[in-house]
Amino acid sequence: MTVKPIAIRCQNITKIYDTGDQQVTALNGVNMDILMGELMMLVGPSGCGKTTLISIIAGILDQTSGDCKLFGENLLTLHSKDKLQFRAENIGFVFQAYNLLPSLNAAENVSVPLIINGVKRAVAERKAADMLEKVGLGARTKSLPAELSGGQQQRVAIARALIHSPRLIVCDEPTSALDHESGHNIMHLMKEVALDQQRVLVIVTHDARIFNFADRIAEMDDGHIVKVVNSAAELK
Amino acid sequence: MNHIALKMLMGDKGKYLGIIMGLTFASLIMTQQPAIFVGLMARSYSFISDVGLPDIWVMDPKVQFIDDIKPMQETELYRVRGISGVEWATPLYKGMLKARLTDGTFQTCNVIGLDDTTLVGGPAVMLEGKLSDLRRSDGVIVDIDGAKDKLGKPASIPGGKSTPLKIGDSLELNDRRAIVVGIAKVTRTFQSQPVVYTTYSRAKAYAPQERRMLSFVLVKAKPGQNMDELIKRIETTTGLAAYTQEGFKQLTYTYFLKNTGIPINFGITIALGFIVGTAIAGQTFYNFTLENLRQFGVLKAMGASNGTLLRMILLQAVLVGGIGYGLGVGIAALFGFLMRHTILAFKMPWQLLVFSGTGVALICVMVALISILKVIRLEPAIVFKS
Ligand SMILES: Nc1ncnc2c1ncn2[C@@H]1O[C@H](COP(=O)(O)OP(=O)(O)OP(=O)(O)O)[C@@H](O)[C@H]1O
Ligand SMILES: [Mg+2]
Repeated sequence: MTVKPIAIRCQNITKIYDTGDQQVTALNGVNMDILMGELMMLVGPSGCGKTTLISIIAGILDQTSGDCKLFGENLLTLHSKDKLQFRAENIGFVFQAYNLLPSLNAAENVSVPLIINGVKRAVAERKAADMLEKVGLGARTKSLPAELSGGQQQRVAIARALIHSPRLIVCDEPTSALDHESGHNIMHLMKEVALDQQRVLVIVTHDARIFNFADRIAEMDDGHIVKVVNSAAELK
Repeated sequence: MNHIALKMLMGDKGKYLGIIMGLTFASLIMTQQPAIFVGLMARSYSFISDVGLPDIWVMDPKVQFIDDIKPMQETELYRVRGISGVEWATPLYKGMLKARLTDGTFQTCNVIGLDDTTLVGGPAVMLEGKLSDLRRSDGVIVDIDGAKDKLGKPASIPGGKSTPLKIGDSLELNDRRAIVVGIAKVTRTFQSQPVVYTTYSRAKAYAPQERRMLSFVLVKAKPGQNMDELIKRIETTTGLAAYTQEGFKQLTYTYFLKNTGIPINFGITIALGFIVGTAIAGQTFYNFTLENLRQFGVLKAMGASNGTLLRMILLQAVLVGGIGYGLGVGIAALFGFLMRHTILAFKMPWQLLVFSGTGVALICVMVALISILKVIRLEPAIVFKS
């Protein structure tokens, strides 16, 4: 077996939220490596810092201390313009609440990352239609989010996360708003179309039903990683 | 990103209409009220416009506006006629005289005495009769509004309609008979008194005898004259004041601007329209941005720059501003059009459109600015908050 290169390296990351009158330590020395081509799940009790950690990894939140290298790049020290461009090119997002733009149809929603990257609208929407085809929504390109089921909306969101071929996709609770079957389908879809040797998937979840889809699972508690295991069975 | 900005804006129909209504209201008030103001101010000098023909008005130096009559000696007319560059000069009498109506009541009239031979300064629009009929003995021409209303014969039953004065009817001015020989349309002025045109010599006979009777000397310059130089010549030769038609209009409305409460009253209304419009549009637009904050956050997380988001919000503001302005000005114009036959003063020169356009643009900029600040300060990490 060949050794996979390291995609994300977190070293001693801490995050303290300063809310004025009190300070909340959300991360308290996180050390973790995530490898290229793997699907890493972050699990743990509510409030343990999962969302905080993926926000830092994705470069939308700055850590208080420690080092986070994403594909060898330290986002914290990057100039804000370069950081934006790095995010625009390399990262796809999937959210629990889908976060589609309600007044854009499916194809338009999917095309947004390409448009942010400067692709012409017509080209972007054509590519978006192809991508919707891949996630099984080829017939719904013109539908508004409100006209789609939760599972379908999450497919649109996945298509949007994939459209610009990013190297990292971060998902926060992608299946929590869905019933068991839809959640399962979404995870299948992720593994099929999203996972790739050139890409990393980091998925935060509470949903034990989908643990089996992970290559590795990192369990967090109280702001740090308790253990990293290779299958759900090892979680105890 | 422009189409995304527009779809975002129009996606929420209720808010979209709310913002546009606020801006429409603001531009309506900021166009319609000043239009009435400009219309009213134009009334202050409408008699000068109506007289039309002469290039220069000569008068006593102390005259401050058109109705501020300071009579001069008649010899001044001949002195003006003698000045080089003057093609012709005619006298004009303007004064308030009491008319006795057939039922014995009195009504103050604005009597205009025109040069006997040329009748220069007569009403431009004759509805009945001819201007030259003034040469008939005791002939006067009255304005239609006066004829219908204040000079009309009161109804025989109380509350009934009065009978308008018509050609052939007579009235008494200072115990002297006057016979209506024509009905004219004159532009409304601030004075609500009926206007009675007659000849200069007859006006003098109607008026109580005084040493000085000449209100204005109307001057036509010879072709190719430099007006400023001619005015200077008239002023130095006679010691009187002389103004071009434009200059006299300006003198008149400046007087009204400075000495009446009209500007301040309208100013307050316009300011209120601006404030209320800003409040409504600002409130709804800000709300709209707040509700879309998450969407802006998603775009930010996905790598859209503050500059891009700023342009999106500006585009949204410009669009609603443009539509609101168009509607507001359109409604104001329609209002003016529908009111064109009424007593209402209404004038909408292009400068006014620039004025209200600037006002609306200012509102949009302020409104967009608050939203932009909010979006710039937005942390993209909010996208993961549920
Ligand atoms: N913006 C913030 N300001 C202050 N405190 C915050 C903020 N965001 C998170 N926290 C705190 O940091 C800690 C970790 O929060 P985080 O959202 O990362 O947890 P989580 O593991 O994602 O929880 P959940 O499973 O409920 O989503 C919590 O105690 C939370 O209250
Ligand atoms: Mg969370």
